[in-house]
Amino acid sequence: MTAELFSQYLFAGITYGIIYAIVAIGFNIIYNTTGIINFAQGEFVMLGGMIAISLNTIIPLVPAIALAVVITMIIGALIEIIFIRWLDNPSVLRMIIITIGLSILIREVALHIWGEGVRSLPYFNGNEISSIKILEAQISPQVLWVIGICGIMVTLLSIFFRFTSLGLDMRACSANRLAATLCGINARNMVTFSFMLSAGIGALAGCVMSPITYTQYDCGTGLAIKGFTVAVLGGLGNSMAAVAAGLLLGIIEAFSIGVVPLAFQDAISISILLIILFVRPNGLFGCNETANLKEF
Amino acid sequence: MTRRNYIPIMLFITAVIGIQLITKFTGTNYYLTQLTMTAYYSLVIIGLCLVMGYAGQISLGHAGFFAIGGYTSAALTTCNLTSLFKNGNSLVKFLSSQGMLIKSQDLYGDPVLYVNPWLAAILAIMLTVAIAFLIGIPVLKLKGHYLAMATLGFGIIIFRIVLATEIFGEADGISEVPGFTLIPGVSVNGNFDNRIINYYIACGIVVIGIILLLNLINSRVGRALRAIHGAEDAANAMGINTSRYKLYTFVISAVFAAVAGIFLTHYNGGIGPSEAGIMKSIRYVAIVAIGGMANMWGALTMGVILNFMSLRGMFGSYDDAVFGAILIIIMLFAPEGLLRLAIWQKFFKKNDSAQ
Amino acid sequence: MALLEINNLNRSFGGLKAVNNVSFSVQPDTIKAVIGPNGAGKTTLFNLISGNLPADNGNILFNSTSITDLKPYQIAGLGISRTFQNIKLFPGMTALENVMIGRHVKSKAGFWAGMLNLPASRREEKSITENSLELLELLEIAPFAHIDVSNLAFGQQRAVEFARALASEPKLLLLDEPAAGLNIYETAEIARLITKIQKKGITILLVEHDMSLVMDISDEIVVLCFGEKIADDLPAEIQQNPEVIQIYLGDDNA
Repeated sequence: MTAELFSQYLFAGITYGIIYAIVAIGFNIIYNTTGIINFAQGEFVMLGGMIAISLNTIIPLVPAIALAVVITMIIGALIEIIFIRWLDNPSVLRMIIITIGLSILIREVALHIWGEGVRSLPYFNGNEISSIKILEAQISPQVLWVIGICGIMVTLLSIFFRFTSLGLDMRACSANRLAATLCGINARNMVTFSFMLSAGIGALAGCVMSPITYTQYDCGTGLAIKGFTVAVLGGLGNSMAAVAAGLLLGIIEAFSIGVVPLAFQDAISISILLIILFVRPNGLFGCNETANLKEF
Repeated sequence: MTRRNYIPIMLFITAVIGIQLITKFTGTNYYLTQLTMTAYYSLVIIGLCLVMGYAGQISLGHAGFFAIGGYTSAALTTCNLTSLFKNGNSLVKFLSSQGMLIKSQDLYGDPVLYVNPWLAAILAIMLTVAIAFLIGIPVLKLKGHYLAMATLGFGIIIFRIVLATEIFGEADGISEVPGFTLIPGVSVNGNFDNRIINYYIACGIVVIGIILLLNLINSRVGRALRAIHGAEDAANAMGINTSRYKLYTFVISAVFAAVAGIFLTHYNGGIGPSEAGIMKSIRYVAIVAIGGMANMWGALTMGVILNFMSLRGMFGSYDDAVFGAILIIIMLFAPEGLLRLAIWQKFFKKNDSAQ
Repeated sequence: MALLEINNLNRSFGGLKAVNNVSFSVQPDTIKAVIGPNGAGKTTLFNLISGNLPADNGNILFNSTSITDLKPYQIAGLGISRTFQNIKLFPGMTALENVMIGRHVKSKAGFWAGMLNLPASRREEKSITENSLELLELLEIAPFAHIDVSNLAFGQQRAVEFARALASEPKLLLLDEPAAGLNIYETAEIARLITKIQKKGITILLVEHDMSLVMDISDEIVVLCFGEKIADDLPAEIQQNPEVIQIYLGDDNA
């Protein structure tokens, strides 16, 4: 493999990997506050992209994206308020089925609004043929946008959870919901907020990736599976590990293109998911002892 | 069969015959085609009901098993072995001498030699059992979200494989699958003049299937399954090999799905990748949930109604959306299933006390 | 020849040694009690014997065969049955069905027999039912046979759990705090039941807080403290043992 091809694959891997990481973090945020895996997580990404594309026909790119993120956050909050908030201690099976149902509904609504066609936002800089040369590889400037914006998101999130009082409140809820409630934290609002937050970061990722990967009404499912793979790979609930795991999966996928036919790409990452679930269900960085005590 | 199961089965058989007679007298014979297909889908659903309702394990990949059955059978029976036979391939010669191959002619009068559907079906079921064991052993160790995702992942892998493999016809699927001659003169195929007999074959298989499952539920094994569902560690401490019971249940329900796939493929004369899709798997889960998880008859009833409506195109382009909406509504308001809603309960209680 | 032999058994959780080098044996046809203050490792010990937890090292012999690495269902199959501290019945099933589950290891109809409803399995079902009803009779809860166990009173649930454990015709019965949550009359009742069971030739190992119960019915007592065995003797001797009195009976809260 030439150095040029190598870095080409590497950048492709990082680009996809960081998007998977964002989806995985979306899973983790909701999982941490509620213990639910939101199977509709991928749909937030799709919605963000689609709404921004539609808005961009009437307003400029940046406000379109900002508005799309806000709208998706509102949708996320509404979903939590309408479908989740009032359920009293629902079983895991019930929550799985409800969020799967939601993902189908969102997808079908998107199908009826935007049709089956493939859409995309314009490139933030230049167009599809403009490129920058880094480490021998020809990289689209959009790749840098994706890596940059997702990188900033991850950094801001980690600062948010570590240093802001709202972030600490959310972590308190995840550690012990009852105790957090007793300390005066409104756990219910935290859950709503976690849905908004994960919808928001998903939507933003959906916008920045749209020019490269395109947006289609059913692109959420694949992303959700990859995102979940990454979340499990890093250890469910551990967002920083998810970034490492996301990059790992993205790079593995990118380099496997030369070896495995494109049609089996998904099968690769799902096989990784299955193997991880069977062999190290607590993630690459997780501790088996503590994970045995967790309820999945 | 215990007496408790006897009455609903008789009712079901009566309904099957009744519906056929109605279609005969109203001249709506064409409904039988969708009803036959519905019956085969119901087979998947009652099998899944065993896994979800009684063993308490979710499977989001059952369309995968349906596809394994259907595709294996379709691939074997559409593969023309004539040239291999002429070249003196010893396996083909042997199979032919054992009467396991069938000779016929295609549209242009050229000779066609294919695997006897009986042999194909048996091989398909054996393959399903093998895959169900292989995937079941690790997957059933998982719980909750992990189990859901792992089975979903399995379903997607099967979907991707049929979509990307040449012998499975890629996006077009496999067509021109020959009929499945059960006994001379009785064949599972889509010919219009065979409509009524095929309707009865399908319903007969469902009746046999549900009798087997109801027997199982009411047996020592069924009791053990309910115990596992209720308190797994206590069941284990009572000497129940919980992982083996879950695994066998999973395999049985996979075989049910595969059998449905085999028969429906011969009936339709083909199979396409959408049969292996995630939406199909989710649809099966939805129907079991609406029927009320641990309620075989509920699942069967809902399976018949919803699949029939869907196959008749009553939901139009909102087909998937309808199932998504049903899933949410049922899980929000009636997690025990539609038939266990408080209103019905009252109704049934009154009946009980009257007896 | 001891029925159950525990040799140098260890189990720790992180840094905590819940069971630390414990050895003792249980003679056939006796009642042996394990006592100790809260957190002494009694329940952990039980979970190690019944296979619910793997041991770090050491071994457990039952009838001279090692059961150390067996799964709970295998151990149950060999003839060790147990009850749980916080009663674990199968919800949604009747008292009778719960007891019938206990009969699992003594019956064998499998998936094929079940699906085909073979005559042999029907006969087996019948004998399981009869046998279970007898046990409900023995434990004086026959009237509740067809009631969902979730609707039974606490004492009745405990009796159902007893019946379920007995249904497997165990050689050794492990009782985890059989008197927990019962008043003194119910406790006396349980004591009577336990001796009744022992008279049927079943060896009993129990963990208990209630000293009066233990002193009344046990043939031998093991005392655990912070995971270590500090005494293993007759009840009368245990009552005299200064160390036991200090850590257990001498405690102000006892």
